[in-house]
Amino acid sequence: MVTTKHDYDDIPGTYVFDFDKSHDGYHLNMFCMSLLKAENRKAFLADEAGYLQQFPMTQEQRQAVMDRDWLRMIQLGGNIYYTSKIGATDGRSFQYIAGKMCGMSQEDYAKMMLNGGRPADGNRSKSEWEGEKANG
Amino acid sequence: MAKILAGVGTSHVPAIGAAIDLGKTQEPYWQPIFAGYEKSKQWLKEVDPDVVILVYNDHATAFALDVVPTFALGIADEYQPADEGWGPRPVPVVKGHSELSRHLGTSLIFDHFDMTIVNEMAVDHGLTVPLSLMCGQPEAWPFKVVPLCVNVVQYPPPTGARCFDLGKAIRKAVEAFDEDLKVVIFGTGGMSHQLHGERAGMINREWDNKFLDDLSADPQRLTQIPHVEYIRETGAEGVETVMWLIMRGALNEQVEEVHRHYHVPGSNTAVGHIILENR
Ligand SMILES: [Fe+2]
Repeated sequence: MVTTKHDYDDIPGTYVFDFDKSHDGYHLNMFCMSLLKAENRKAFLADEAGYLQQFPMTQEQRQAVMDRDWLRMIQLGGNIYYTSKIGATDGRSFQYIAGKMCGMSQEDYAKMMLNGGRPADGNRSKSEWEGEKANG
Repeated sequence: MAKILAGVGTSHVPAIGAAIDLGKTQEPYWQPIFAGYEKSKQWLKEVDPDVVILVYNDHATAFALDVVPTFALGIADEYQPADEGWGPRPVPVVKGHSELSRHLGTSLIFDHFDMTIVNEMAVDHGLTVPLSLMCGQPEAWPFKVVPLCVNVVQYPPPTGARCFDLGKAIRKAVEAFDEDLKVVIFGTGGMSHQLHGERAGMINREWDNKFLDDLSADPQRLTQIPHVEYIRETGAEGVETVMWLIMRGALNEQVEEVHRHYHVPGSNTAVGHIILENR
């Protein structure tokens, strides 16, 4: 495999949706896209594993969807504008999903946003993160 | 002759649309956001444009990953508000200015901007939230719209310099259109926000305000900002702000900032807004 270095590789907690990610996540994201239709949302919720079989995703991607492991989905090529459609299908708010991805409760995440959001200082480069932990 | 009179920059946060549609604009959380658009609504009424060229991005609604156009120009007579998974927003149908769109398409392609041309497309919050913010809740939108949809979801989006040059080409095309039209151009999206990963929730108030300053003071600097800086400094999804440079490129070199508004948070996002008039 060719590993290309990118100028954004050093940014922590960030999965730039480049063509490599997009290629890996194509079927995962297109599954999410199918949830724009009400009848598909119903079918998915009625039989998640069966519904996911229609899409040639990896088993790991299917498992991440069924576990609602929001961060894992992103790591496996999911794009947030797509995976958030699963959240909408579940009736979850966006802040719930965002909180899950950074290991915070929805309440704490909402509070952080009200206080001006996560600062840029301490979150620009991987070297600033001790043990991969975001600075709030 | 048609003429671009002014440019508007504004965020297009989906939750803002929901707050309007659910009648929550006076709630303490939302009120400060909408207060900053009161002057803008009045301003737009006074300018009374015939057409708004609305630069925005689709968020996995009309376009998915099967085909990803970098610049897509709508040339239809109308565009339906999209169902983004919870039913379409209860807002008026968006009426296009097809003749101007077709003229723009032709002119831009001969000017070396190889636009994707769209005859049918539903429009999501990226386009309808700015309309709601700038017009409130009218029975019908008070002007026609030329939608210009920019890819900012699939990396890489077009560069800032390319966006700025596209703005210039749009201006040239508008000025060659043989009908007396008052045109305003909107650049939407941004400002700082990161919606995914362990770094979600990032906001950079200082960076955003420097960007707003330089829209009038030093737009050339803004055209040179690399994507990695938007991502590092303003959050991965903050790269959307590059679309504002299409708006800026379509204006005079000298512009006057007549209004600015900045508020954190609008859900996960810094809400930024500016009005620039040609001088
Ligand atoms: Fe957007």
